[in-house]
Amino acid sequence: MTTLARAINSGLHRALEADPKVLLTGEDIGRLGGVFRVTEGLQEAFGEDRVIDAPLAESGIVGTAIGLIMRGYRVVVEIQFDGFVYPAFDQIVTQAARLNYRTAGRQGVPMVIRIPFGGGIGAIEHHSESPEAYFCHTPGLKVVAPSNASDAHWMIQQAIASPDPVIFLEPKRRYHAAGGDIDDEAAAGLHDARIAKSGADATLIAWGPSVLTCLEAAKASEYDLEVLDLRSLSPVDWPSVYASVARTRRAIVVQEAPRTLGLGSELAARLHEDLFYDMEAPVLRVTGYDIPYPPARLEREYLPSVDRILDAVDRSLSA
Amino acid sequence: MCQAAAQVIRPDARGRALDDDPSTGGVSFRPLSAADAGGASSLGPALGDDGGPMVQLLDASGRRWPDEHFDFPDVDVLPNWLRDMVLARRFDSEATALQRHGELALWPPCLGQEAAQVGAARALGDRDVAFPSYREHAVVLTLGLPYRQLLALFRGCDGGAWEGLDRVRNYQMIIGAQTLHATGYAMGMQLDAAGSPPDAATLVFHGDGATSQGDVNEAYLFAASRNAPVVFFCQNNQWAISEPVTLQSRTPLHRRADGFGFPGIRVDGNDVLAVHAVTTWALERARRGEGPALIEAYTYRMGAHTTSDDPTKYRTDDESRAWADRDPIDRLATYLKAEDLIDDAWLAGLDAEARDFGADVRAAVADLRDATMASLFDNVYAEITDELRAQRREHEGELA
Repeated sequence: MTTLARAINSGLHRALEADPKVLLTGEDIGRLGGVFRVTEGLQEAFGEDRVIDAPLAESGIVGTAIGLIMRGYRVVVEIQFDGFVYPAFDQIVTQAARLNYRTAGRQGVPMVIRIPFGGGIGAIEHHSESPEAYFCHTPGLKVVAPSNASDAHWMIQQAIASPDPVIFLEPKRRYHAAGGDIDDEAAAGLHDARIAKSGADATLIAWGPSVLTCLEAAKASEYDLEVLDLRSLSPVDWPSVYASVARTRRAIVVQEAPRTLGLGSELAARLHEDLFYDMEAPVLRVTGYDIPYPPARLEREYLPSVDRILDAVDRSLSA
Repeated sequence: MCQAAAQVIRPDARGRALDDDPSTGGVSFRPLSAADAGGASSLGPALGDDGGPMVQLLDASGRRWPDEHFDFPDVDVLPNWLRDMVLARRFDSEATALQRHGELALWPPCLGQEAAQVGAARALGDRDVAFPSYREHAVVLTLGLPYRQLLALFRGCDGGAWEGLDRVRNYQMIIGAQTLHATGYAMGMQLDAAGSPPDAATLVFHGDGATSQGDVNEAYLFAASRNAPVVFFCQNNQWAISEPVTLQSRTPLHRRADGFGFPGIRVDGNDVLAVHAVTTWALERARRGEGPALIEAYTYRMGAHTTSDDPTKYRTDDESRAWADRDPIDRLATYLKAEDLIDDAWLAGLDAEARDFGADVRAAVADLRDATMASLFDNVYAEITDELRAQRREHEGELA
């Protein structure tokens, strides 16, 4: 039995071991092992040159990582919290995302940017954000979010092996929960979706922390619900999404991010464009509201809950 | 506003050793002020300081001056460097004209900054890598990289499909972003050396306006924190589009280095000898593992910011004329003639070469090929996604 945090730690350990060009950089990741302890013990094992405690400057961290990559390294950046990624936004979207394109393939960007994301940990402002849509909207980035320990262990290694920049979103509220065992090998490719629970009546589409919420909702529901763990947010594994929804004929997207122009909007639009005549009901969304993330004592009223999901299921099934 | 010191003070008149000042890395400078750069009385925009010490080996009249710490012994190379500067200026004027003819979408002239760029580029070793901003045409030409890629970029044929990335990285349009890349690259050189002196360094170009950017300050900080072999080469050309350097800084730019804990030095950016001597010094200490340095090359953007700009809206003719008197090419030609290193026949030969080169540049534009839409789709990622494959097919279908 392991945890999601420990599973990423062992994945990073294996990647550092496998390739001397792999480096980790970020704030407090070395001596402290990261504020969530995801990198615990790695600096001790691989040294201060490969697990780098960086100054407190996110743009500097990502920008210097790009320079290291130009020199031939593969760099894994840790952004301490989702809400702290914005100072690095320019280097991510105008530089990391475009180098391969700008240079017509002469300079790839094998970079992973690990970001703990999502709410539910009773934190103060800027520590509970779901910024995935910004990155999904940026050509040149790939975006993934594991929901469980085994996926996290394998996906971090697959992301490091990717020749493209990968935004690796880690569901922070699931970091330290008992998370099952790590499979002996990767169950799926980095950009494959996965059926977390099969069902016949409707498909709940979710990623990251919401997958577990959907599984709880499926368990509590009177209907036979399918739960699709999207895993890769950009690119989306459309064939798997379409196959599931074509079978159940109903889809409900669940995301912590605000509603307007979230990833759920794209999922709904595409399903309506391509699967309209196979569906019995419009795609529904259960999301955060279009307000900045609320203070901790109110976050339960903001986050998609089992009740809100079941309510959406009722609306879909009665359509 | 305090005008730059008006009095002409010859360097040896008030020499002042600064050996104990950690900010200068143990190097002392003649306290030649920026106002002395041309031996003239006004430098245009107020600096808000008296200019501070500045290294100068060749003044605006083409006269050599001694310096306690910097010298330029090998004058035999200088005719070739004059050629670098003259050809760069020709290239720049051709490109400006090509934009006026609608052949280029935009052009940022490097007019007036040839000494800063050639002096710096000529200090680069084989293992060093330059990180330009978007105006370093003389650097690219001096290093012998294809100038066609500059024309292709500003014509809009491609986004920077460059050859020679191991010498000069792509132009950077986001102000200052490249300083972090150069710092990271230098960190990589340091890691490659595994504890030995890196024996290589990066030279990153940025302007006076860029010193206001967070990225540039973060780059200074990371370079200092890691003692990375990176030399920051700031061309202070006095203007960030319409904003004078006084709006960006209340201290001389080279003094920024003090706060980060590495040496900062101001050099007459229109003096190719001094620029080369100072850049060589900074690169050598970086290669030896002694860390970063900031060079402020004090120069002037004689042209517009870009072909879309109108400098008459924000600066005076007096200022432009004062700087024309400090032209980097004129002073070097004057000096070389006085030293009998070149003569009128040599200059006439160079003039003819420049004319031919200009014709080549104009002809090259006609040969440039646009990237294809298919290649754009293909290069978004190193590993293309199914989604982009589908969109590429969709685009091809719309053409059919």
